[in-house]
Amino acid sequence: MAKITLSQLRHSYFPNPRGPEDYALKQIDLDWNDGGAYALLGPSGCGKSTLLNIISGLRVPSEGRILFDDKDVTHLPPDQRNIAQVFQFPVIYDTMTVYDNLAFPLRNRGMAEADVDVRVRQIAEMLEVSDMLKQQAAGLSPDNKQKISMGRGLVRDDVNVVMFDEPLTVIDPHLKWKLRSKLKELHQRIKATMIYVTHDQTEALTFADQVVVMQEGEVVQIGTPVELFERPTHTFVGHFIGSPGMNVLPCDVKNGAAFFNGQQVQLEGEIVNGAGGKTEIGVRPEYVSLGKSGLQARVRKVADVGRHNVVEAMVGDQKVAAIVKGEVPNQGDEIFLDFKTEQTRLYADGWLATNARGAA
Amino acid sequence: MKTENQRAWFFVLPVLLLVAFNALIPMMTVVNYSVQETFGNNLFFWQGLDWFQNLMRSERFHAALGRQFMFTGLILLIEIPLGVAIAMSMPRKGFWVSICLVTMALPMLIPWNVVGAMWNIFTLPDIGLLGYFLNHVLGIPYDMTQNIFAAWVTIIVMDVWHWTSLVVLLSYAGLVSIPEAYYQAAKIDGASNFAVFRFIQLPKMKNVLTIAVLLRFIDSFNIYTEPFVLTGGGPGNSTTLLSIDLVKIALGQFDLGPAAAMSLIYFAITLLVSWLFFTLMTKDDAR
Repeated sequence: MAKITLSQLRHSYFPNPRGPEDYALKQIDLDWNDGGAYALLGPSGCGKSTLLNIISGLRVPSEGRILFDDKDVTHLPPDQRNIAQVFQFPVIYDTMTVYDNLAFPLRNRGMAEADVDVRVRQIAEMLEVSDMLKQQAAGLSPDNKQKISMGRGLVRDDVNVVMFDEPLTVIDPHLKWKLRSKLKELHQRIKATMIYVTHDQTEALTFADQVVVMQEGEVVQIGTPVELFERPTHTFVGHFIGSPGMNVLPCDVKNGAAFFNGQQVQLEGEIVNGAGGKTEIGVRPEYVSLGKSGLQARVRKVADVGRHNVVEAMVGDQKVAAIVKGEVPNQGDEIFLDFKTEQTRLYADGWLATNARGAA
Repeated sequence: MKTENQRAWFFVLPVLLLVAFNALIPMMTVVNYSVQETFGNNLFFWQGLDWFQNLMRSERFHAALGRQFMFTGLILLIEIPLGVAIAMSMPRKGFWVSICLVTMALPMLIPWNVVGAMWNIFTLPDIGLLGYFLNHVLGIPYDMTQNIFAAWVTIIVMDVWHWTSLVVLLSYAGLVSIPEAYYQAAKIDGASNFAVFRFIQLPKMKNVLTIAVLLRFIDSFNIYTEPFVLTGGGPGNSTTLLSIDLVKIALGQFDLGPAAAMSLIYFAITLLVSWLFFTLMTKDDAR
């Protein structure tokens, strides 16, 4: 059990990186608290697997340090870090039985056979694989194989952190739910720090207490699922999380007010001083409603997604999505869009540039 | 919907015809010869199973069969571990991969009789590069036309040189198909290098190794051209392998009947041992 600190971490796959674009991880300063359930969320290629491999010790970062409880482990090999990692595709030792698979990490560390037996049975019980212990591991179904690879990580009681690298990719949809709640349950029983890497927002938001959102080698926001949804600090987070994502609308800023398509839009609060560059208005479709006044728009498409309708309307040549419950307009109708003021924000060069009302 | 019928047989028919003409029918003529005696002019005399009985009691046949098993056994014992070892030390990615692969494949591209001739010249004591070096530089008396041990070493080294590549390429194909995650998981599990080999690499190579053993067994058990060109079966009969002896009986002595009987027994042994290898090496998969 340990708190994990990443300090000024940078990593490049090039031997002599020239600019920031050569870095897979640009600059990461991050604390993972002991016993937390974290999700590392980001699109493919954003550097989340690189970060994971650096924590587990499979990669040595180009710059920076990794501390486990203030002990520098940057150059320790994986087996000396007491970590566990579960990979995208289940890794099991085909020629061994389930029992031997689970016992493997313990035997490699020279544990007495009697203690091995106790641990293996305990973990098998927890994972509900006790009745398969004698079976050849090669013949298991993918979800059971993934359970075994999880078990090999959890079987050591001194494990500092368990990392999951998109572990549900190969699992059938109806088993994903089961395995995910099993994970949640294990986290509560074992109380080890868990880091769950995924590009699937549903998985991240249901598993984690804290979600770390990454983009192009940078951490853009850390927060609870609610925070990420309610107040994204970056347009990327707003767009990546949510379905459909946040509307990001280019706007002009004049005299402390924002203008979209020539019309002023009320924001949640004051614009931060000096906000410049590329300015955009961000508002989630959940907070766009159809009214009698507001921005004039023409309906382009209406999609019924079951719980509600997603109306896609054009303001000028800009697309705006709105989530509408109840009656919906027809395609081609002229409508008026109303943005909920407390949830309408200004972003400058991608980053949040308004203060919450009353906060400033 | 899965329908079951016998239609698949029609698709097998062309192959069956082809096999009939290039294997079954020629083999039946061998069967025909093996139970008769002929002196030419299409005159045949019924002999029954005499040739088979004679052969089973023939010391000459026993000796050739023994040499054949020794040759095949030795080359398998050398080529399989050596091939696996070379494959494991080859780079998995980068610039050197293609260079290694092409270099490895080169010996296999050379025709059998050329290999035999090459090694024949290579080992000549007075002008061959290897023969001269051993005799005149290192002072080791080496002449494979005179010394039985030297002859055996030469045919085995030649076969290892010619065919280890096959094992290397097959093992390599097995090795590169192992996902990186297996090695990473093994590292995290604290597995030793030997454990990685024993529990990850070897099991993943098992299928290709089965094929490698089968191919090498069949090829080496039926080997003819290379040792014939290199040693001609000598000195004496010391490197007269089964196929060389067979050709001697059939074409040297023109004993077509006994040669036909020997061919059939030869074939049966090859088939039996191949089947044994295959069954033993794949028996775990069925479970």
